[in-house]
Amino acid sequence: MSTHSLTKAALRAEGLPRRRAVNRLMELLAWLAAALAVAILGIVVWSVARRGAGALNLDLITKTPVQFSFTPVRQGLANAFAGSLVIVGIATAMALPVAILVAVYLNEFARAGIRTAVSLTLDVLNGVPAIVIGIFVYGLLVVGRGQSAFAGSFALACIMLPLVARSTMEVLALVPSSLREASLALGVPRWRTTLSIVLPQTIGGIVTGTVLAVARVAGETAPLLFVSSLVGTQVSWDPHHALQTVPVAIFELAESPDPADHTRAWAAALVLLLFILVASLGARWLATRSSRRLSASR
Amino acid sequence: MSSADLTGDATRRSFTGRRVRFGDVSLQALAGAAAAAATFLVFLIAFKVVRGAQPAIEKYGLHFVTRVAWDPVKNVYGAGSFLFGTALTSLLALAIAAPLAIGIALFLTELAPRRLRGPVTALVETLAAIPSVVIGLWGILVLGPVLRDQVEPALHGALGFIPLFGAPSSTGSSVFTAIVVLTIMILPIVASISRELFLGVPRDLKEGALALGTTRWEMVRGVVFPYARGGIAAALILGLGRAIGEAIAVTQVIGGGVGIHWNLFDTGDTLASKIAASYQGAQNDIQVASLVYLGLILLVFSLVMNASAQVIVRRAARRQGVGLRSGGAG
Repeated sequence: MSTHSLTKAALRAEGLPRRRAVNRLMELLAWLAAALAVAILGIVVWSVARRGAGALNLDLITKTPVQFSFTPVRQGLANAFAGSLVIVGIATAMALPVAILVAVYLNEFARAGIRTAVSLTLDVLNGVPAIVIGIFVYGLLVVGRGQSAFAGSFALACIMLPLVARSTMEVLALVPSSLREASLALGVPRWRTTLSIVLPQTIGGIVTGTVLAVARVAGETAPLLFVSSLVGTQVSWDPHHALQTVPVAIFELAESPDPADHTRAWAAALVLLLFILVASLGARWLATRSSRRLSASR
Repeated sequence: MSSADLTGDATRRSFTGRRVRFGDVSLQALAGAAAAAATFLVFLIAFKVVRGAQPAIEKYGLHFVTRVAWDPVKNVYGAGSFLFGTALTSLLALAIAAPLAIGIALFLTELAPRRLRGPVTALVETLAAIPSVVIGLWGILVLGPVLRDQVEPALHGALGFIPLFGAPSSTGSSVFTAIVVLTIMILPIVASISRELFLGVPRDLKEGALALGTTRWEMVRGVVFPYARGGIAAALILGLGRAIGEAIAVTQVIGGGVGIHWNLFDTGDTLASKIAASYQGAQNDIQVASLVYLGLILLVFSLVMNASAQVIVRRAARRQGVGLRSGGAG
């Protein structure tokens, strides 16, 4: 810390007008930077809303896409919405139990050294680019077997795992030790203390983390390109085959030269964006509520 | 957790001895297995990507990394031009995003009125939550044409003597569009990590500086920045890592192409965008292996950058006693 130079700067009172001007300039720049970020968000959301709202109708989720039609037909992306539901649903079912167990192990059982090592690994996993996860799952599950929604779910689960584990660890750390000690002092064994005393306290935080992770992977395109993209246009709920998803559909429609396809891409993007905004704002609201409750009980 | 030390003996001496220990041991084993599986997953990813790239590694060796070629007709592949594209786009995006993000973080921690603080923080985090495919859709259909018609000719006219600002693109897909899109994507990440760092600066230090008569900016320069220096470096590394790994939005706006050129308004490709763009077109084994080789280079980047950023953050957090959440790709 350069306290010394600070004192000297402060004592140099003669430069005061200039110093004040610099200060004002810097404050103004910081205000502008924040305003720019909010403006970008506004512009993106407004662009999507304006272009998507016009095409937003029931056809989008009830009709399937039609290829090579010379006359205008009513079509939608029902197959993509169904596929997203299936793939994200299975991914959540895969990632959630493992993530909670990992967090329980790190917070309740592991020694400090192991805890540091494994949580570093989780952070590294969190940093692996989504497209590399896609290549990995392609090599692991798709080569020789073909694409499937299961493979897509596994890819998304790899992305969800560190997110849910991290947020579960954060709420586990908030559970007061006195609660564990009281339970143990009453003779309740450790495993029952963990499962029926500690974990129920963290349910709000786990739900929040899971909803945020679902919102995150519902918009992921990169991991699915190689594992669930060669799809038909019919609605299917069978995870043994590749299924279309909303983000992959947007990706493909955006590349199309047909403006009608762009319109459907905007509408699908609007639905996706609304889902993500509602989910993440709702989760954040839940998080502040439950962490306030946990801190209060401390 | 301190309860762990306290309870070890107590459970062992419990009345119901065996059954209790069985429950404890099985929960610990189950949870431990999950943790081991999560760790194993990272190694499995590395192993699988290396194995997938093996044919290309054997055929081209390390020379692949620098060769500027991607020719499916002659079956000659190299990562050179994509490495260049990745470096150009991610470094320039970081150069634009870094001062803006630090400005946002300073606004949120030092300047914002209490009523604005919460909402603006939430809005910045919301920007981070927009999926890359939506940013890419906006980038190609809205941002690209605006940049092509207005920004690029203006920059070319004013600064055309710099090779970076060459002839404007004809479609709106360009390296420049990719840089703007990447800037938007890493801005909220760097901003929210920096915000948490600045929140960790002790209040007495800041008030001490102000009491000495510094202006707010001098206090930030003299106290906040030196205190958070390591963390800011880590935040920038994480932001850069995110920019390097972003595939979808970049693929949508960068236009594609092989070769090294400095004109930002021309099309190009990055490592990640080349992989994403080839998802349907790979014809033979060596081309697939070469694509995986590109992924391997990406993986090495991301592992090195994330691990080093986390080590820096952890060291800084230990020194400051501040809990930091990782930014990562989130």
